[in-house]
Amino acid sequence: MKRKNLVIKLIVRNHPGVMARITGLFSRRAFNLEGILCGVIGDGTHSKMYLLVNNDDRLEQIIKQIQKLYDVLEVAILENYNEEAFSHIGEDETDIIPERHLRKVN
Amino acid sequence: MKLSGAEITIKLLEQFGIDTISGIPGGANLPLYSALANSSIRHILARHEQGAGFIAQGMARTTGKTAVCMATSGPGVTNLITAIADAKLDSVPLIAITGQIAYSMVGSDAFQEIDTYGLTLGITKHNFLVRSAAELLTVIPEAFYIAESGRPGPVLIDIPKDVQKEMIEINHWPIKRAVVNDMKIENETIQKAIEMIKASERPVLYVGGGIISSDASESLKTFAANQQIPVASTLMGLGAFPSDDPLSLGIMGMHGAKYTNLAFYESDLIIAAGVRFDDRAVGNANEFCKHAKIIHIDIDPSEINKVKQATLCVEGDARDALDQITQTIGERDRSEWLARVAELREAHPLYEGISGMPYHPVNFIKKVAAAANKDAIICTDVGQHQMWVAQNYPILKPRTLLTSGGLGTMGFGLPAAIGAALSNPDKQIILFTGDGSILMNLQELATMRDFELNIKIIIMNNGHLGLVRQLQELFYDKTYIATEFISNPDFTMIAKGFGIESFDYDSGQSDIEQLKTALSSKGGCVINVPTEIGELVLPVVTPGEGNHIMIGA
Repeated sequence: MKRKNLVIKLIVRNHPGVMARITGLFSRRAFNLEGILCGVIGDGTHSKMYLLVNNDDRLEQIIKQIQKLYDVLEVAILENYNEEAFSHIGEDETDIIPERHLRKVN
Repeated sequence: MKLSGAEITIKLLEQFGIDTISGIPGGANLPLYSALANSSIRHILARHEQGAGFIAQGMARTTGKTAVCMATSGPGVTNLITAIADAKLDSVPLIAITGQIAYSMVGSDAFQEIDTYGLTLGITKHNFLVRSAAELLTVIPEAFYIAESGRPGPVLIDIPKDVQKEMIEINHWPIKRAVVNDMKIENETIQKAIEMIKASERPVLYVGGGIISSDASESLKTFAANQQIPVASTLMGLGAFPSDDPLSLGIMGMHGAKYTNLAFYESDLIIAAGVRFDDRAVGNANEFCKHAKIIHIDIDPSEINKVKQATLCVEGDARDALDQITQTIGERDRSEWLARVAELREAHPLYEGISGMPYHPVNFIKKVAAAANKDAIICTDVGQHQMWVAQNYPILKPRTLLTSGGLGTMGFGLPAAIGAALSNPDKQIILFTGDGSILMNLQELATMRDFELNIKIIIMNNGHLGLVRQLQELFYDKTYIATEFISNPDFTMIAKGFGIESFDYDSGQSDIEQLKTALSSKGGCVINVPTEIGELVLPVVTPGEGNHIMIGA
């Protein structure tokens, strides 16, 4: 069965504006973005991003638009991703960072 | 050799062949301007940053080469934004260099601080916020490469003031990266295209700005002539194929002739080259050429299958693709199809204007064309006059029509004409504008006067926002609101105030001679032309319908 979502893996140039560039593309073109995991890799010049997106007929456009971005160096699709990584947001015990570890500031 | 970031920037622009920059100085780009003072680059001081942006566009659109404009932080940037967005939608190679407050101060809401990077993310092909002078050595060459390679577009480089002033040791200068077309089209794809074209009885070529960007005009002419395929153009594609060629169908879509849209409707194969299936060109995409196969050629893969699913995708340079197809396909007689198209043309011609009505816009535009030099560069603003020019002015060569297609920016015309005049000092530049559009960047008359540019401005003056009023008339039950100007200035007096020749066009005199004299005189001139408000741009596609369903045809 075709899964509802899939993950796009990106290697991007790491700089303060790169996250805005990727998420801005999604909002500007009205693409859905269900989740993001992102972190610096290697010597700090690059970052790895995992984007959780709907597996629908807009996927071809999403991929093509992402590929056009100068800051994007690699694009790959993962259909069999680890759902755990994205699915526990909002569930305290299994969340990546459980609520009880947080110090509330408001 | 120790140089500042500002000096490095200007030096690199010189090395990359930039001879003219338009812009306005301010607090955050003064180091760049000081460096410019010691450079061979000519600076054009605009009167508004949007003017500076469109002046650069006028240079880029007529030459095909990257042009540069500059602005200071804050309002300088926000004023520039419209011109950058316009360049994005029409794929114009433009580099905007903006001053930013010192990087150490960024985020403090300092005087004239604005998030330039954030504001221009969505309207540039790429943008840079430069954080050290050393970065300029890679950022500037990359900016040129990005602006010119593949599908061209605008690049913004935001340079904080402390980076402009930072001194670094320079031993090696970067060289300009040559733009090479590395998108090789598979032979198999070309063969498939050839089979589809051979199998087609009723093909139509649908061509756009991509033909002009890729210098594919000659290739298109050869291909269309050998295969006897009629050619319809988008607004951006005008000039790609000579409008006086018997195979030309003029513009298609919203304000195309009905026979043009019907030819698409009856066609069995659309060869779409350098186009993006824009809604103004294809109308309701689901209804567009329902029964035809589509070969879509474009250098930007994201345009293929974006709006309309193609039968065959050809990702690559349009000239390259057309040349490869021409090499092996041979010649073809399609007299039956061409006879059918001629029949459609006979039955549903473009509205030709009524003889004996000298003020009728269609008649007037044709009169100007008869009086103008054949190699004149035509600029338009946005509105009814723009559509009448697109329908009726004979555009014979690429880069001789400058018009804001994608963004549809009123105020584009005058500064774009200035840029065209700066880059083409020997050419006659004719700007068709309206009384609404001209007032949106009127201040640039001063820039035009500064350089005594050879621009003839024709204001088709109907005292209204005519194209909007037309929409109210046709589709909003004649509910006229906010489209009639309460007062309208005396444009000839305004022009004279700027030191520019001007007169009111009077059809009572021997008008063609009067026009000829005005157009061939040296220097600038503003011609105010009274235009009837009742005149509509026709035909027009009924909103939401397929292109074959039109009003006024």
